[in-house]
Amino acid sequence: MEENILATARDIHGLYPHVHVWGFPIAAYLFLGGLAAGILLFATIYYLRGKAEDMPFTVKIAPIFTFIIIMIGLFLLVFDLHHKLYVWQLFLTFRIESPMSWGAWTLVGVSIFSLLWPLSYIDDIEAYLHERGWRRLDGITTFIRNLEHNWKIPRFIILTFRKYRTFFAYILLFLSVILGIYTGILLSAFNAHPLWNNPILGPLFLTSGVSTGSAFVMWLSNNHKERKLMSTIDMVLIAVELFFIIHMIMGMQAGPEVFKQAAHLFLGGEFTVIFWVIFVGMGLVLPFVLEVLELRGFKIHPAFPALLVLLGGLLFRIIMVQAGQISEYPF
Amino acid sequence: MRYGMAIEINKCVGCADCVVACQTENNVPIGYSRDWIIEKVKGQYPDVFLHFESQRCNHCDDTPCVRTCPTGASHVIEGGIVKVTQDECIGCGACIEACPYDARYFHPDGYVDKCTFCDHRVQDGLDPACVAVCPTTCMHFGDLDDPDSDISKLIRKRENFTLLPEAGTAPQIYYLK
Repeated sequence: MEENILATARDIHGLYPHVHVWGFPIAAYLFLGGLAAGILLFATIYYLRGKAEDMPFTVKIAPIFTFIIIMIGLFLLVFDLHHKLYVWQLFLTFRIESPMSWGAWTLVGVSIFSLLWPLSYIDDIEAYLHERGWRRLDGITTFIRNLEHNWKIPRFIILTFRKYRTFFAYILLFLSVILGIYTGILLSAFNAHPLWNNPILGPLFLTSGVSTGSAFVMWLSNNHKERKLMSTIDMVLIAVELFFIIHMIMGMQAGPEVFKQAAHLFLGGEFTVIFWVIFVGMGLVLPFVLEVLELRGFKIHPAFPALLVLLGGLLFRIIMVQAGQISEYPF
Repeated sequence: MRYGMAIEINKCVGCADCVVACQTENNVPIGYSRDWIIEKVKGQYPDVFLHFESQRCNHCDDTPCVRTCPTGASHVIEGGIVKVTQDECIGCGACIEACPYDARYFHPDGYVDKCTFCDHRVQDGLDPACVAVCPTTCMHFGDLDDPDSDISKLIRKRENFTLLPEAGTAPQIYYLK
């Protein structure tokens, strides 16, 4: 028998019985970051492949949501800081070893470009809004158009962006991949938490983020062809994600004791049911089956599998953030 | 210059003087502490062994807390002492997550706080508060780089261990058996 007892009072919130300084806001941010990365990835890839006219929603409309998504994510991030007034310190330095520093700078770039991208497609966005019957948002599109017509600097910025869109698309593609991967690498940089400390987490989070991105496009697109393509892509991504998850758990099972204990959280431990039944079952397998059925001609509303994938993605981040903090080295 | 600590576990009685001395010296908020005592019980009746360990930041050589800090608030000063600059800390919690020893915490004012090896005392040639008050003199502080320092001699002579070397942090607090 071996027992370690804390003999002196240490009434510190978030340290005992295990470190718990990150909660829902961080998990939600990781989800939103991945989602934004996924949407932007599709927008830029299909733009660069010259499919802007075939896939209008993916390329032109969807990126407007990424700006909103990133702003919500940023709000959650800053909201979760304990020393909020010093947040500007992030932008006085760049620390190459810290994934969080990478993320902070990437977010700046992604926010700027994800605002400019849809601004340069304002006519298409207005047409989409009219088709959906969301005329109340006309005020915003009119405002942007006035901005473009009457103000020199915004006009210059928007026109430049429109002119060199291909160049900016390459930058945005690069940034969105970094954003998607970094949400995973952020966690895997913590070797104090064996569950996070595995190299597959970066690709896994990227795949999951891109999968939620495709689900999002599938859900809100008004173009049948686009929906079908996104549904197919999402199925492939879900399959890859399942492969990564199994790979991650097998890797931990083959590792030292602390990694086995980390894997045990999902293999009989307290996260077993929520992970396998709710996340894998209802967030990956069920939408996969629904998408297969839909492609085979069954009438299934695309919002259904899309929402399952999105909720699954959020739940996955919540589970990883919570379970990761429980998995610790014993000392 | 490389500061470190050696703690003789068979002399420690777990009185927590080190904890209180640190709280007083560094004005640590009530309920908080930068060092703490772990009671380790091993074995089965009738062969039960117990010892106390006074734990704190290990001022590691390979510092995951400094590595993950996005602003550079966590940094290493001369002598290998790991410190946090309050005005640069945004309170993101990355270093708290990165530390396998639970040595860091959020100060009620928001920034991250931790053991400083009492660098303000060390600069004046004094021992850290915890070492200075230990009634059983089980703690030793000094320069690990100097082969003739008391602490280097102790570590050479006595069987010792560090906490979680497997976490890859190269901790600089040695526990002498």
